[in-house]
Amino acid sequence: MDHFARLGLPAALDLDAVALDRAYFALQRQWHPDRFVSRPPDERARASAEAASLNEAYRTLKDPLSRAFYLAGMAGVNLPGDGKTIDDPDLLMEAMEAREALHDAGSLEAIDKLAADARQDIQKALAGLSSLFLANDRTAIRKALLRLRYLDKFAEEARARRMNIDRSNA
Amino acid sequence: MTLLEIHEPGETPLPHAGEGSLAVGIDLGTTNSVVAIARDGTSAALHDETGRALVPSVVAYPAAGGVLVGDEALALAASEPRNVVASIKRLMGRGAADLHAVAGVLPYEVEPGTGETDMVKLRIGGKARSPVEISAEILKALRARAEAALEKPVERAVITVPAYFDDAARTATRDAARVAGLEVLRLVNEPTAAALAYGLDKGSEGLYAVYDLGGGTFDFSLLRLEKGVFQVLATGGDTALGGDDFDRAIAERMLDERRRDGLADQLDETSVKAALALARHMKEQLSDRDQTSGRLDIAGTPSFHTLTLAEFDAMVETYVARTLDISRSVLADAGMVAADVEGVVLVGGSTRVPLVRTKVAGMIGKPPLTDIDPDEVVALGAALQAEALTGGGDTLLLDVTPLSLGLETMGGIVEKIVPRNTPIPAQLAQDFTTYQDGQSAMSIHVVQGEREMVADCRSLARFELLGIPPMTAGAARIRVSFAVDADGLLTVAAEERTTGVVQRVEVKPSYGLSHEDMADMLYDSMDNAEADMNLRLLTEARVEARRGLLALEAALVKDGTLLSVGERAAIDAARARLETAMEGESRDEINAAAEALEALSKPFAERRMDRGIREALSGMSMGDLESRVGE
Repeated sequence: MDHFARLGLPAALDLDAVALDRAYFALQRQWHPDRFVSRPPDERARASAEAASLNEAYRTLKDPLSRAFYLAGMAGVNLPGDGKTIDDPDLLMEAMEAREALHDAGSLEAIDKLAADARQDIQKALAGLSSLFLANDRTAIRKALLRLRYLDKFAEEARARRMNIDRSNA
Repeated sequence: MTLLEIHEPGETPLPHAGEGSLAVGIDLGTTNSVVAIARDGTSAALHDETGRALVPSVVAYPAAGGVLVGDEALALAASEPRNVVASIKRLMGRGAADLHAVAGVLPYEVEPGTGETDMVKLRIGGKARSPVEISAEILKALRARAEAALEKPVERAVITVPAYFDDAARTATRDAARVAGLEVLRLVNEPTAAALAYGLDKGSEGLYAVYDLGGGTFDFSLLRLEKGVFQVLATGGDTALGGDDFDRAIAERMLDERRRDGLADQLDETSVKAALALARHMKEQLSDRDQTSGRLDIAGTPSFHTLTLAEFDAMVETYVARTLDISRSVLADAGMVAADVEGVVLVGGSTRVPLVRTKVAGMIGKPPLTDIDPDEVVALGAALQAEALTGGGDTLLLDVTPLSLGLETMGGIVEKIVPRNTPIPAQLAQDFTTYQDGQSAMSIHVVQGEREMVADCRSLARFELLGIPPMTAGAARIRVSFAVDADGLLTVAAEERTTGVVQRVEVKPSYGLSHEDMADMLYDSMDNAEADMNLRLLTEARVEARRGLLALEAALVKDGTLLSVGERAAIDAARARLETAMEGESRDEINAAAEALEALSKPFAERRMDRGIREALSGMSMGDLESRVGE
């Protein structure tokens, strides 16, 4: 059973966060191990497995980025292993420039600006994804997802760097 | 006629329904413990005859025989110090390898454990006793108190543990309860229990934070409360930060003042203890006044000390700033900012310090919630959860794992399988493969922590997966699965899947992370994120280069004759250059040398491929070939 089906939701990129929570909570009410404390071991084991699957489904679908990757997998879009190679020359150029900018950024404000830009780019790219999924344009989906993965990583790097600077100033 | 039902032993359905036995909530604390009971959604701490709810977590084994717990045990500390144990919680689940962490902290003879648990033991009252045994005495006393107050048997409990308690400490806590004759319905994280107490009693909804500053530990958790659902979003902390640090700062100041005045400063254990006790008293005084003073007697020379609230604030400011730092990063983990927080619950005696309250209020922008006694709030929440679990209440508690769980991969890199703040129960798996041709075994090393390198994380368990059928490197599919149950306990299994040869190995880590290690590791990971990433990239480059070298070596053995003497010499020189680069610290040099080698060996690879195709085609008729193409 795929994650969407498990939560009784339509398999789509645009997912209502409230509906997701509602479905997840309702099913956890049914399956959480706390509901099976006084039940026989086999029922407890089943409940634990169900609750774990629900958690996995929820965690995957909650975050728009991981939801996009999951949906792409369902659509048969194959992505190369975890960000090791960038085979898109435009993206490669963008990544190199951004990394250089992060390297040169000396102040907290400059780093915050870069991170905020990256987050904004993520939002924009995500907004554009829906139509690509509707058109089932796998090449474009793949290209967009590779860029999203890079942007996400970059935002994380910026956060780590900010923390380091913050700490050495403290 | 009534049909008789037959059940497997120990599998009677609904064994608790309608029984007279009650379920309580227990806060088994480092300094104090509390037992509470909930009825119809309202909980109350159970008091002794003199009206006190707190039971000091102290156990004594008097020379005269028997066992004492709480105030009675504490009373024996002066006359029989070697027979009295305090702060046993710090040793729960600790192995011999952790002994250095507690050396000098606890005044007991500690010896490494024997047998499968590897847990340390204390020599107390002339006998080696495990932390599980000693904790069980506290639990027995709490159970007796509950039975006396409720006039009914008490056999089941929800027991709270710090969010940062690792697998071994959780197991040890469960074991202690079993020794005390209590069935543990659930282990609940302390901050989560505190949120339960507020959420259920006060009917609060929205995003809530729990700020828990105890004597030696700090925890910050973020929860979403909604219609009976308690969803933990993120948690973090530092287990070497707390009110004890405040006491130490005050005591050091007083000892400095004595030194300045040329007073006797022959410091021994007793005088340091006296200074700390006075410091603690002065700190508590400053919870509701602006100035305090005290008299310190060392070696028969008294000295008088005053301390203003402003001075005290200045002394503890850096500690408080650190708790705020951690709180902010937990907020960031959950993708939230302080303004999103509806309310912040204060837990732990150290939250009585005025500066803590002011700073927390400043960060969140709202006055903290303090209307439930911070010393009792955890036990009250545990009692509510005990009622929900036995009475079938509508409350739903969704908790997370506090630290990432992962595996060691090539080059000592950690591959995280279960990231921190993953909702539990969780079941996650990842496929790994072999590194060398014909590799028949794989060593599985389970670690806990946030850092990129194994050496910086905590080792939980190791085991070997044997009997992998001979295959070329990278062909085997070894699935390693991690299961974390609702109590936060981990099970790891591994199996080889390609050939249908399935081998499962289950591992229960026997002992693990020390409390302090866990906090240090988390804190380090923030400090070292960038350095870690660079080291990881360097290690990956080395691993990648090693993989290429191994493949080339194998090819040279098999098809070396395809090369001229000159070509072979050039490749060997490039191999040697790569080996040298791999010993260095430069990723760029390794990558450059690897690329050079790849370029040099490219013609060789092409010739090998040609030969392979010729071999495959030889002896095949045109018809065979066509039917193949048609497939």
